[in-house]
Amino acid sequence: MTNGNAPIIQMTDIEKHFGSVIALAGVSVDIFPGECHCLLGDNGAGKSTFIKTMSGVHKPTHGQILFEGRPMHFNDPRDAIAAGIATVHQHLAMIPLMSVSRNFFMGNEPEKKVGPFRFFDHDYANRVTMEEMRKMGINLRSPDQAVGTLSGGERQTVAIARAVHFGAKVLILDEPTSALGVRQTANVLATIDKVRKQGIAVVFITHNVRHAMAVGDRFTVLNRGQTLGTAQRGQITPEELQDMMAGGQELAALEGSLGGTV
Amino acid sequence: MGDAASTSPSQDERIKEISALRRALIRPELGGMVGTVAVFTFFLLFAFDSGMFNSQGVMNWAVVSAQFMIIAVGACLLMIAGEFDLSVGSMIGFAGMIIAILGVTLGWPMWMAILATFALCMAIGALNGWIVVRTGLPSFIVTLAFLFILRGFTIFLPQTIERKTIIGGIRDAAQGDWLAAAFGGKILGGLFVWLGDMGLISVFDRGTRAGQPVVDGIPMLIVWALVLIVFGHVVLTRTKFGNWIFAAGGDAEAARNSGVPVNKVKILMFMFTAFCATVFAVCQVMEFGSAGADRGLLKEFEAIIAVVIGGALLTGGYGSVIGAALGALIFGVVQQGLFFADVESSLFRVFLGVILLGAVILNTNIRRIITGER
Repeated sequence: MTNGNAPIIQMTDIEKHFGSVIALAGVSVDIFPGECHCLLGDNGAGKSTFIKTMSGVHKPTHGQILFEGRPMHFNDPRDAIAAGIATVHQHLAMIPLMSVSRNFFMGNEPEKKVGPFRFFDHDYANRVTMEEMRKMGINLRSPDQAVGTLSGGERQTVAIARAVHFGAKVLILDEPTSALGVRQTANVLATIDKVRKQGIAVVFITHNVRHAMAVGDRFTVLNRGQTLGTAQRGQITPEELQDMMAGGQELAALEGSLGGTV
Repeated sequence: MGDAASTSPSQDERIKEISALRRALIRPELGGMVGTVAVFTFFLLFAFDSGMFNSQGVMNWAVVSAQFMIIAVGACLLMIAGEFDLSVGSMIGFAGMIIAILGVTLGWPMWMAILATFALCMAIGALNGWIVVRTGLPSFIVTLAFLFILRGFTIFLPQTIERKTIIGGIRDAAQGDWLAAAFGGKILGGLFVWLGDMGLISVFDRGTRAGQPVVDGIPMLIVWALVLIVFGHVVLTRTKFGNWIFAAGGDAEAARNSGVPVNKVKILMFMFTAFCATVFAVCQVMEFGSAGADRGLLKEFEAIIAVVIGGALLTGGYGSVIGAALGALIFGVVQQGLFFADVESSLFRVFLGVILLGAVILNTNIRRIITGER
């Protein structure tokens, strides 16, 4: 699924130290347009630090990041967003008290001029919001509906649709399915599939191997701040991924005592 | 767009259709609207013959309501942006005193004194906001400090300069001043003369003003209240900045992630609240002709109560300027109406407490329906 294109992001040997703590100790990943690249790792593996480095929140202590072939120097997340790297956080993405369309255009409000005044173009905002949500397979009752009335999966989808609408080239999804039910997870995974088919690079962070296997083209496992390698789809089994994430021996012993795959 | 959704095959079978009436009623202002209807019904039944609804009576409670409205608009937008300003009352006293000192004691032209007061008070509002944004302290604490600081100066300055706590002579100093007229004047005098001539409103029947209407125009105070309500409502609901106000109060972190300049929005709202307090103060000193050190006492709470009756959420991110204006109207009508109805004035507080509680319970339920909060 790499299509023979150039990678849109290339991260080589990234290290990040916080004081005496080494959060990342040599991580290398490349991301191609139109692929869903799953980043797997247990809690504390360095997933969050890694995506924050990718989205401009942290500067790496060592290592190089190439974005579209050029060295990347983002001073803050705004630069990254402007360049087309959008992060959808599990929380902190939507404001529940506000309507879907107000949320969708938050920070990017469309305006129309009436005489010397400029007003929020609600008609345009509502139309685009309904359209974009329909593309993602969600029929809103009304664009005035508050985000608080949506399910967790629908909120993720609004956030993803928003990032795509505003021209994201790379979409970083931070554990989008970890708090969702079965049906909602399936919806979000279907959304990821739609986004990937539009040629957008998706970085899907999760610690759930089954969710990763459902949509992933390539899989990179992080453990204790290091990459344990990247595998293509079909080259690796869920059990192998699980083992790499959590250190096979201990988990095998635990699973024996629990009676099944965790 | 609505019909596109309803013809779609994948309509959710677990979402009930909502009737048009219910949809029209489910809005943040419902508590304020119900309260307004209840209050007017009550006084029409119990105080109709008292003169409360003739021209002077209407003007009486309209002016008091307009005062509440002016500060409620500022408090409403600030609360939606997620902050409080407890220094509004002290700011009213302070602003009035500064106008008196500049315009009377120092003898500046009144327009200059008014403009300088606006600049100073909005700068103090900005300072309030800047401290809140910089320190991350709750605005409750920061503006509580300014409640004392400004009140202290309001007493200290006239005592030091004039050896008294009330400075008069403002009406003479403002005579013929163009900007003072924009706060202390009246408009539509001709209309009221005509209404009086037509016998629609009462006129003086003896004395030097015999034949002239008792109510001879609409005070600029009311005009300011209406202008501020329309301005606040349009900004909040129809502009990009309004969306930022909601976002800043709804979740500052999510708003920042989306590129909303949250700090700027909050500081501007503190300045707008200070602006509203100063409008109130200028109208008041022009009406009374004097500035007193005790003016504006407890106004910050009255503004906040009006805003909350109007459906705003105390923690920010939700509310309506129209609702706040209705809350102010309820406040003014009850305060003056009990006087007309010849009810012991201490019952004003009882009445107000009941309305506050009822409106807030209703508002909370409405908000839960709209926003899906649990």
